[in-house]
Amino acid sequence: MAIISYREALNQAMREEMERDENVFIMGEEVGYYNGAYKVTQGLLQRFSERRVIDAPIAEMGFAGIGIGAAMVGLRPIIEFMTWNFSLVAIDQIVNNAAKLYQMSGGQYNVPIVFRGPGGPAVQVSSQHSQSFESYYAHVPGLKVVMPSTAYDAKGLLKTAIRDNNPVVFIEGETLYNSTWEVPETEYLIPIGKSDVKREGKDITLIAWSKMVWTCMDAAKVLADEGIECEVVDLRTLRPLDIDTVADSVKKTGRAVIVEVGWPVAGFGAEVAYQVQKLCMDYLDAPVDRVTSDDVPMPYAKNLEDEVQPQIKDVVAAVKRALYLE
Amino acid sequence: MAQIIGLPKLSPTMEEGVLVRWTKKEGDKVSPGDLIAEVETDKANMDFNIEDEGVLLKFLVKEGDTVKLGAPVMILGKAGEDISELTAQASSVDAAPAPSPAPKPERSAPTTKPPPIAAKDGKPASQPIQKPAAVTAPPTEKPASARPAPKSEGARVLASPLAKSMAIELGIDLRNVTGTGPGGRIVERDVKAASEDGQELGADRAQAADRKPERDDDDVDAKTTQAIAIRTPRQPPDPDTEYTDVTASNMRKRIAVRLTEAKRDIPHFYLQRQVDAAPLLAFRGRLNELLGDRGKVSVNDLVIKAAALALRRVPDCNAAWVGEAIRKFHQVHIGVAVAIEDGLVTPVIRNADQKGIGSIAAEVRDLAERAKHKGLKSHEITGSTFTISNLGMFGIERFTAILNPPEAGILAVGAVMDAPVIDLEHGTVVAGKRMTVSMSCDHRVIDGALGAKWLQAFAELIEKPELLAL
Repeated sequence: MAIISYREALNQAMREEMERDENVFIMGEEVGYYNGAYKVTQGLLQRFSERRVIDAPIAEMGFAGIGIGAAMVGLRPIIEFMTWNFSLVAIDQIVNNAAKLYQMSGGQYNVPIVFRGPGGPAVQVSSQHSQSFESYYAHVPGLKVVMPSTAYDAKGLLKTAIRDNNPVVFIEGETLYNSTWEVPETEYLIPIGKSDVKREGKDITLIAWSKMVWTCMDAAKVLADEGIECEVVDLRTLRPLDIDTVADSVKKTGRAVIVEVGWPVAGFGAEVAYQVQKLCMDYLDAPVDRVTSDDVPMPYAKNLEDEVQPQIKDVVAAVKRALYLE
Repeated sequence: MAQIIGLPKLSPTMEEGVLVRWTKKEGDKVSPGDLIAEVETDKANMDFNIEDEGVLLKFLVKEGDTVKLGAPVMILGKAGEDISELTAQASSVDAAPAPSPAPKPERSAPTTKPPPIAAKDGKPASQPIQKPAAVTAPPTEKPASARPAPKSEGARVLASPLAKSMAIELGIDLRNVTGTGPGGRIVERDVKAASEDGQELGADRAQAADRKPERDDDDVDAKTTQAIAIRTPRQPPDPDTEYTDVTASNMRKRIAVRLTEAKRDIPHFYLQRQVDAAPLLAFRGRLNELLGDRGKVSVNDLVIKAAALALRRVPDCNAAWVGEAIRKFHQVHIGVAVAIEDGLVTPVIRNADQKGIGSIAAEVRDLAERAKHKGLKSHEITGSTFTISNLGMFGIERFTAILNPPEAGILAVGAVMDAPVIDLEHGTVVAGKRMTVSMSCDHRVIDGALGAKWLQAFAELIEKPELLAL
């Protein structure tokens, strides 16, 4: 096992899939000669040439649409958004074309495309560049939405996403790129639609994805010192949602807190909460709770930026509420 | 933010307590865990430790007052805080639900209705019983803390879905469980506590009975005090008969409720057997000789050990009826009825089957001694799986005992008597020693043959007492 960064894991996934299948290509802003705004495509231009690593103009709607068209006729594009914030100008392509063409063409066209790039709040990039879009995309039938929290998950899931015959929204944790994890040197795949228990515990289930998994893991450590054993379930895939793993855990612990860095209203955690209460009604000892960012655009000031996002202490407090300890 | 602190549940079956003594003064600063008062519960004097931090701004009850579970006892907050609103709130909680139960002069002669608690001369024989903080939980900012909020009569039981599932599984009546969640919600830990406290079963039934609406009874006392004993119809006495009504202590009331329940609801039957006590006396004599001044073993200590071992041999008698199931206990915990002033308690010898006779003897002596001073802790008087009541020391030849719920068996032990015994070998009558034991059984759990099997095992252990050492 090698210890590599989340960034390197993504790079390896794309490199391996491009070696494996010559229909796979990458397109996006600065993905080639600049090696990617976040250096995720480092060295790929050199290896695979301009034919397969294409620098696009600053026109997300355009290159997302070109990618969808290419996918419809047999290629396997990886469309990189510099960040998911910029996907909003391309959301019509993603929602109305990528997600729907298979169904609207009566199965004549698959759209085997991956839209990827960093998402979630970063550090001091203010309201327009620091937000979470998974709830937008997870809302749409026809899309798959993947949000890995570790380098291991990132590599295995991206490779699966590239091989998937459906459009996959692959949202990387912007603040996770430098995080490292053990990754096998041999090839492996992780199925889309399978949650992962990142920590076992008997007292409460914390449900999170991407960066918030680590906030939960840190909170679990704090709580363990007080004798509270948290189980942390990393959804990894939001759509399709592996609710069975979540429900099994909640049935065991009797309590659930969902932690997401997005906004509270209609956030994806609300869907999880709904399904948990539906499936685990007779097992719940406390209302299913959520910890989210505050219902405000992200402030620029560092102190406020921290303040609006879920912190370890917020998770600890929610856990204690659910355990009736406070 | 100041808050009202209610009387917490200090013993598993308590419904009210007498505030014996404040150990802090108004104005004292306290931190979680500090002892602030001693409270006499139905079982023992218990420590009331505060769970919050702050300054004791005001005591709402006096020493000697009887306080219902959850009723306001004090206001806790920051020094100098304005608490006038809370004080008003607390007194309205206290007073609102009912008129004062103080005795009315015209009621000084008892009627068929429950009499007010008063001596014949019209003086209150005790503090008036305070109203519970029913209807509303103690109004505090943090209802989630461990202050219990008693449920009002007929009100919907608030319980988490998990608590409900568990209650069904364990056969626990949620109406009798005190919720410690927000707004008095019964949560998992409350059901677990109720279940772990096997004693709850009996108490629960008592409380359930308590809650039955009594429309024909407009006397407030009857609705709010533990009613079974008090409610028992009494004949109006001959007007010439003089009498004094002595207010029942908490313990007395609890005994009244529980024993009435047990005798009424459990299908008792009784098995009696005479055992040859001569070998037991000889064995005891030898043990005491060996012990010298390092202790003393009584007949009862040996009976405890024998009963415990008999339960191991016939484990089906170490059980309880829990609604839909027979609960078989895995440990043998022997309750030993101990008479104390004004009542009795049943301290528990845990794992008596595994303890040596000497350590049982020492433990019984210690528990009995402390029981006399009400010095037993809650865990020392709960959790027994079988009980022994011995009146041999009073010369009682034989008697039958009322079961101690939820246990399925209790053994009543009579005195060792001199008796003429037939010596089979020589065909003569000789002087012997005999002891009669009576086993009361819960027929839902123990059938006649099973009880007989247990008594047989017990008799063998008593008649061959060396077995007790094995």
